[in-house]
Formats: sequence, C-alpha cells, structure tokens
Amino acid sequence: MSDGVILSLQKVTKRFGGLTAVDDVSFDVRRGEVFALIGPNGAGKTTLFNGITGLIPPSEGVVEFDGTDITGFKPHKVAWMGIARTFQNIRLFDYMSALDNVRVGQHCRMHAKLWDALFKTPLERSEEREVEDKAMELLRFVGIQRQAHNYARNLPYGSQRRLEIARALASGPKLLLLDEPAAGFTPQEKVELMALVEKICDQGITVFLIEHDMKVVMGISRRIAVLDHGEKIAEGTPEQVRNNPRVIEAYLGKSA
Amino acid sequence: MILAAAALLFPTIVQFVNPQQSITLINTAADAGVFVLMAIGLNVVVGFAGLLDLGYAAFFAIGAYTYALLASSQLALTPAHHAVHLPFWLLLFVAVFVAAAAGAILGAPTLRLRGDYLAIVTLGFGEIVPRVFRNLSQWTNGVNAISAIDAPSLPAWLDGPWDNGADFQVVRNLKFTVGEPVAYYVLMVLLVFVAVIVVNNLYRSRLGRAWMAVREDEVAASAMGVNTRNIKLLAFSIGAAFSGFAGCYYGAKLSLVSPENFSFLVSVTILLMVTLGGMGNVPGVIVGAMLIYFVQYKFLTDLPHWTGSLATAVGLPSHAVTSLSDLVTRLNFVIFGLILVVTMLLRPQGLIPSRIRQEELTKGTHEGSVAEVQGAA
Repeated sequence: MSDGVILSLQKVTKRFGGLTAVDDVSFDVRRGEVFALIGPNGAGKTTLFNGITGLIPPSEGVVEFDGTDITGFKPHKVAWMGIARTFQNIRLFDYMSALDNVRVGQHCRMHAKLWDALFKTPLERSEEREVEDKAMELLRFVGIQRQAHNYARNLPYGSQRRLEIARALASGPKLLLLDEPAAGFTPQEKVELMALVEKICDQGITVFLIEHDMKVVMGISRRIAVLDHGEKIAEGTPEQVRNNPRVIEAYLGKSA
Repeated sequence: MILAAAALLFPTIVQFVNPQQSITLINTAADAGVFVLMAIGLNVVVGFAGLLDLGYAAFFAIGAYTYALLASSQLALTPAHHAVHLPFWLLLFVAVFVAAAAGAILGAPTLRLRGDYLAIVTLGFGEIVPRVFRNLSQWTNGVNAISAIDAPSLPAWLDGPWDNGADFQVVRNLKFTVGEPVAYYVLMVLLVFVAVIVVNNLYRSRLGRAWMAVREDEVAASAMGVNTRNIKLLAFSIGAAFSGFAGCYYGAKLSLVSPENFSFLVSVTILLMVTLGGMGNVPGVIVGAMLIYFVQYKFLTDLPHWTGSLATAVGLPSHAVTSLSDLVTRLNFVIFGLILVVTMLLRPQGLIPSRIRQEELTKGTHEGSVAEVQGAA
C-alpha cells in the first residue's frame, strides 16, 4: 500500500450562506508524496483545509482518510486519527514556551489521566520525561532548539513558522497539512524550508501544502491541484499544471 | 517550603508576641484561608484555562450546604425526617465531589460560550444557587440558615492522649471548639498545602498544558488533538472542587450556613484576589487572597478606629474626631477602590506575576535576536 491513497476528497462542497467557497472538489493525495494545492487568493484553499481537519465541516461531500470516512469528525478526533496542520496566520500558544508548544502537540498521544496528573504517579513522571525528550528532538529537527525556553511570541518570525511545524509533527501524524509555510520568508529561508519538507517526507509522512510561491511549489511537490473560485481547474504534475491553459488564465487573466 | 513552615509556626509566634489578641488573629488567619483556598481554585479556571467565571461563590455554597445538611440535625426537620451526622473528614471529600459534579453540570451546556457570554451565564448561575438554597426552605431552613452544625473531631487515637497533657499549650489547643481556633487554623494550613501541591502538579502536567493551550488559542488547541470541551469541563470541575473544600471547612468552622454568605460580592472578591495577585501564578494568588482579605476585613474595619486615635493624639477636639472616623467609615468602599486602582496601576500584571513570564519577556527577546543573527549568517 506504499503508493495507495491516504486522503481522498469526494465532491467536497462548502457554502457560507449564498457563497460557495469550495465547489464540488475531488482529488486524492497519495501516501508518501508531497502534494500542493495552489490557486489565487480567495480560491477556497484554506476553507478546504478547514473542512479536512473538521474545524469547519464541509456542507456536502466526503473526506476519507486512510480508508475511514472522517467527514464531520471533531478537530481533536481528526488529529488523533493522524492529520496535523499548521495555520496560514501563525496560531501558536503565545504565552507558552516553544518546548511547551510542542508538548501540547503530543497531547493526543499521551495516556496520563487526571489521577496521574494530580499525584505525579510514576507513569506520569516517565511519560513526562519521554514527552520532553521527544519535544526537544523535534525542536532540533526543525532547527530551533536554542529557543526552546522562550515564549512562542518572542521567537523571530521564521522560527515561529518552524515551531508550528514541530508542534504539528509532535502529534505523530501520517498526513501533515501546511498552510502557506513559506509566506513571508526570504529566499534563503525558502530553501531551508524546502529541505525541511523533504526531511519530513523522508520520515514517511505525507505532506499536503498550500503555497503561493511557485518556486517552492514546483521545487518540492510531486503533484499539484489548482483551485480557482472554489473549483478545481487542474490537477497533475508540476509540468502539466504549468502548461495548463486554464491555470495560466486564472493567474494571469484571459489573453486577448 | 519556608512559607509552609512559617504558616505552621504562625500560631505559636502570635501567642508570644501578642497574647491578648492571639485568638482573634489566628481566627482571622483561618478565615482568610477559606479565601486562599478558593482563590487557588478559581485560578485554575480563570488563570490556567482562561474561562471567566463570575459565579464561583455558587460552588462555595454547594460545598457548605453539603456539609451543613449531612452533619447537623437539619435533615430531621425536612421531609427526610432523619438527622444525618457524618464525620467531617468523610464529608470533606463528599463536598468536593458534589461541588465538582455541580461544576460539570453547569459547564456542560455553557462552555460552548466564550469570553463575555460565559461570564454572563456564570454570573446567572452564581445568583441562582444561593436563591435556590434560600427558597428551598423546607430543606435548607431558608433565610434562617442551618445552624448547630457539627464541629470536626479528631479520631480518639489522636485526640485522647492530648487531652490529658494539659501543660503544652499548642497541642492542648488542638481541639475543634469555638473559642480555640488553632485546630481550625492547622487544618486550613494543611488544606492549603495539599491544594498547592495538587495545583502545581496539575500545572506541570498534560492537563495543565492543555488548559493553557485552550486559553491561548482554542482553535489551534483543538487542531492539536486537545478535546477542548472536555478539558474546559475539567477545569470547571476542578476549580469547583476547591471551593467545595473551602465550603465544607467554612460550614464546619462557622457552624452556621446561610444563603446570605454566598453573594455575588464573594465571587467578585475572589476574582479580585486572583487578578490582583497575579493570574496564573499560585504564590501570587495566595498573596493576593491574603492581602485583599486583610484589607477588607481588618484594615478597612479598623481604619475608622485608627484615624480616631490618630486625631485624638494630634489633639483635635472630640466632635471633630468622631466626625472624622464617621467620614472614614462612610468612605470605606472609596478607600478600598482607591487601593485597588492604585495597585493595578502600579502592577498591572499582578503582585507576583508568574516568574517564567517575567523572565522570558525580558530575556527571551534577547536570545531570540541572537539566534536570528546567527541563523541569517
């Protein structure tokens, strides 16, 4: 099943009152690949992410993850199933240290109950140690271990984006959704990010990302889907998408 | 640890330093403990989980009435027709569970609300509960209050020998009677001690982190796998449990539980203690609680007397003295308000804000910028 489908969207539609933000979108993300979703601003990309993660369930259609229909699952259930995400406008826990942010990420994989927490049972202690080690390891993985004890809000912008990725990885996902991970990055940082995404992919985690920067998208993704006005207008390899007339039209407007 | 030792030695010291007033002082300290306990509990809800609860006194009432009903002759007068006299030590835990359950019951429908709306609903709950106890007079004796509630007693194997050894002052006093507050004081110190340990453990656990995550960003927390509804319910329940503790103790000490003791003012006072002391920080909250209690129940009540004696000492005529202390009495709340405003202006983050926050707000940016430079190089 190494090349099977991990995430399958079938006729997903999301309406906000009279506005159809996502219209009848279907595509598959395959296990182990880097899949990109692109499209002009307001095309419905983030809405689609929110639909997958259960933050704003879709109005119609089916989201299938790893063979299970997860449409309408609560966000924490989705995370537990193995989908982690980052946010377009960084949503870290500002007044918690970077380390604690990553520890929260591991929440759904921990077993300590109220009783353990109240009285610091041996189970709790050893689990806390493991969690701390793993959190440190993840911070090292994304390259911000030096800032482990700083408040998330005090980290520089680039480190905040990295921390969000570390926090998402902490939940032990099979599928990682990145919402514009390279937004606001310098060219140097973009190169580093691409290397990081590659490293994540090497660990066997499927990456599904939204991105505006074509250099990044074309550089790392195996396949791309294009969304415009809520509709999927193209899907395929970077080559196919780049030469697709409808994509060119959506981005550059109709030529005379 | 030093604080705990100081708290335990306090009665002994007071007896040497100020023997005439020692009973009153220890009594005040023991009463202040009730508020310390509740402030610690409310801190879990407001400081950790960021849920604004304006009806916290309701759980206090529930704890107190649980003890009052199950440890007095009151139930003989109700449709139950049988007085129940369960021991204090058992009811301490019963009250905790009843209050925690009440917290969960209130929380279940209301916790989908956020911020201001939650505050309004809890405010309503805080008004409803004392009113229910007042109007359910068949069971609770209404405004006439439940009185003659059992005092806690130590088990005989602990109590016995100390009765005879009458020479040693401190130990002899360790009986739960009205005139001798030392035993109550010791009990309160123990309760606060347990509360502090438990809250500290929670703070540094999976649950504590989840609470803070919900406080910081509920959406991100849920996307990270935190079941936000359950975790908020838990915060509410645990917060309520502490005031169940406090309520049970309060009923036992006062031996009287009346619906008037759980007004909105109590909820606000506790919230004040938490905010003024330093939200989210346990030592800060404890100091805040003691300070506010002292200002409200000692400083403000004694102030007219003090100004009176000061004026006499300065040599003002007696009619001026009385009118001056009258004025101070009438300005009580103005003075209280002034004290609060000045404190909050001088220390908006609370008296003792969480130390980590303080440190990292100054140090953090510095380290961050160093790393940034290195990262770019």
